[in-house]
Amino acid sequence: MKTKLQTETFTCPSCIKKIEDNLKKREGIEAAKVLFNSSKVKVEHDAGEISPDEIKDIVEKLGYPVLDMKSV
Amino acid sequence: MNKWFNRHLNTLMYTSGILIVTGLIFRFAGYTEVMNVTFILATLAAIGPIMQKAWMALSMKSFSIELLITIAVIGALFIQEYTEAAIVTFLFLFGAYLEKRTLRKTRSSIQSLVDMAPSAASVVRDGAELEVDIDDVEEGDRVIVRPGGKVPVDGVIVKGRANINEAAITGESNLKFKTAAAEIFSGSVLDSGYIELEATKVGEDTTFAKIIELVEDAQEKKSGTEKFLNKFANYYTPSIAVIAILVYLLTRNLHLAITFLVIACPGALVIGAPVAYVAGIGNGARKGVLIKGGEIVDNFAKIDTVIFDKTGTLTEGRPSVTNIQIFDDTDEDEFMKDVAEIEMVSEHHLGQTIVTEAGSRNLHPDKGNVSDAEAIKGKGVSGALGNDNYIIGNQKLMDDYDIAISRDIRVRYVREQKEGNTAIFVAKNGKITGIVSIMDKIRNDAAATIRAFRGRGVKNLVMLTGDNRHAAKRVSDILGLDGFQAELMPDDKMKYIEEEKAAGRRVMMVGDGINDAPALAFADVGIAMGHGGTDIAMETADVVLMGSSMEQLAHGFNISKASYRVMLQNTAIALLTVALLLAGVLYGYIHLASGMLIHEVSVLLVIVNAMRLIRLKDRRTIAAELREGVG
Repeated sequence: MKTKLQTETFTCPSCIKKIEDNLKKREGIEAAKVLFNSSKVKVEHDAGEISPDEIKDIVEKLGYPVLDMKSV
Repeated sequence: MNKWFNRHLNTLMYTSGILIVTGLIFRFAGYTEVMNVTFILATLAAIGPIMQKAWMALSMKSFSIELLITIAVIGALFIQEYTEAAIVTFLFLFGAYLEKRTLRKTRSSIQSLVDMAPSAASVVRDGAELEVDIDDVEEGDRVIVRPGGKVPVDGVIVKGRANINEAAITGESNLKFKTAAAEIFSGSVLDSGYIELEATKVGEDTTFAKIIELVEDAQEKKSGTEKFLNKFANYYTPSIAVIAILVYLLTRNLHLAITFLVIACPGALVIGAPVAYVAGIGNGARKGVLIKGGEIVDNFAKIDTVIFDKTGTLTEGRPSVTNIQIFDDTDEDEFMKDVAEIEMVSEHHLGQTIVTEAGSRNLHPDKGNVSDAEAIKGKGVSGALGNDNYIIGNQKLMDDYDIAISRDIRVRYVREQKEGNTAIFVAKNGKITGIVSIMDKIRNDAAATIRAFRGRGVKNLVMLTGDNRHAAKRVSDILGLDGFQAELMPDDKMKYIEEEKAAGRRVMMVGDGINDAPALAFADVGIAMGHGGTDIAMETADVVLMGSSMEQLAHGFNISKASYRVMLQNTAIALLTVALLLAGVLYGYIHLASGMLIHEVSVLLVIVNAMRLIRLKDRRTIAAELREGVG
């Protein structure tokens, strides 16, 4: 399953690594990529192990409010 | 905590600013003690978000500028430089605020594309029309679009007709008239008319969604220079910290050491290159030129050799039959029907042209009448109709089958070619019975584009084509190319590119995304005509011209050159600022607050410099606007 989150505008390049590393550590997440310029987080994950809402929670807890979310 | 700081960042900045102004008023009134208190309060108001970010970066094991500021401010408070502490923290927040605002501008070029995406669709379900969210439209749905409405999905028109603006996809704002069976893309706008369409691609699969994804990815891809700068910053920051400690140990001047530490931060260096690429790529995308990343921008800007494919690139790629010569007593329509039926096996555009011609003469060619049909790559086709064997193609094919060409027929063949036609022999049962001539018009904007490239220092412009020598020469002469090679097979093109690359040239290949894919991949920069976004073109090429126009090619080149130049300027501005500031600090001309101000100014300077790229236009647009202004 692929989930795409639109967050509030990123301003620090170091937050990319923070979000990516934090997500990749979780069970069920296969790949995570932060698009700095378009303020998006793309995640490939196993929906059985981790739901899109749980991913949204992780990103928000790190301090980046999620504005929109889409899953395919 | 982080969220709280994010939300109240501006409030904190304003509070700090007001406190500083109040403090200054008290100072002029003579109350220095009160001023100190307000300055300390101002520092405390502004330091929160800075410390928060410093901590976050530190927890990721990276040194950030915020960490340096935090150390510096604590140091300044410690040595009772309250003014410095207050002004530095305020300036930093103010700088970050301006940075965020201007950064949003450089990113806005892609944002304006995203905003063009439709959000709802009118769908017919169970006989009733209803409004649904764009994500709920399914393949096969019947979708209605009315004037002013955005096309929500990719599809095929099943009913109605309309004038359509495809600017979001192709960058071309001239209206296109479309009617039943025409393909239509999500993101285009219906200007007038009414259509019902059947959805063929929805959601993330539409051409428009793919364009946006491609551009977003492109803006993330780092160029070689950027990668180098990032690495540089990783070593630079810690080494500055070490040098600052050395400065302190040598001079015992804490103030100097801290100033040095803060001033040396490479803010403009880190941001200077990426903003240039983001703005440049965004500008291109809005005009239908998709450049896939910073690295490509660099390569594109450095090109000195351009290789064009002929058909569909320099010419319109919509050839038409211009002459039919028949050497036996067959009727012209019957002759064309036979030829078209054999050519139906061919995917080559020349074969397609003959089939189209037969179709427009209402001859209804039918593939079913043909047996043993076979396309012979680069040469033509063969097949049988009843008991008659047909060989249809160029001279090479006739030679392969040892078909004799009489003197008279050869003269006719050469005459057709000299007029710029592609002539095709038709041989029935081993004897030539006719010649079909096909011509493809040169694009209107091809000559101007070639002049534009020459004007910008490209020395070598050549054309490679599978077509005949005479047709190639005519196109080459009209456009004033430096040379051409004709009658090439696809791998000959690759060989040619290989030789040019080996000779140290930086080669750009412009071709059709479909049949030139290997050559495109092989060149330093491969540019594909996108024909409104075919998947193959979007995947293989480094740059896709969505509107398939030569003008977009020239614009892409301009924008790449400009972006590359801005990137170099920004790097120079950043390095120069740091060098001057450090020298100023060591010689005692520059203090913490003034240094901070100059530092922030340099960061804004590189962003503003990159913002010029957002509005960079091609010459035709400028000319058109001037005319409008006069009228």
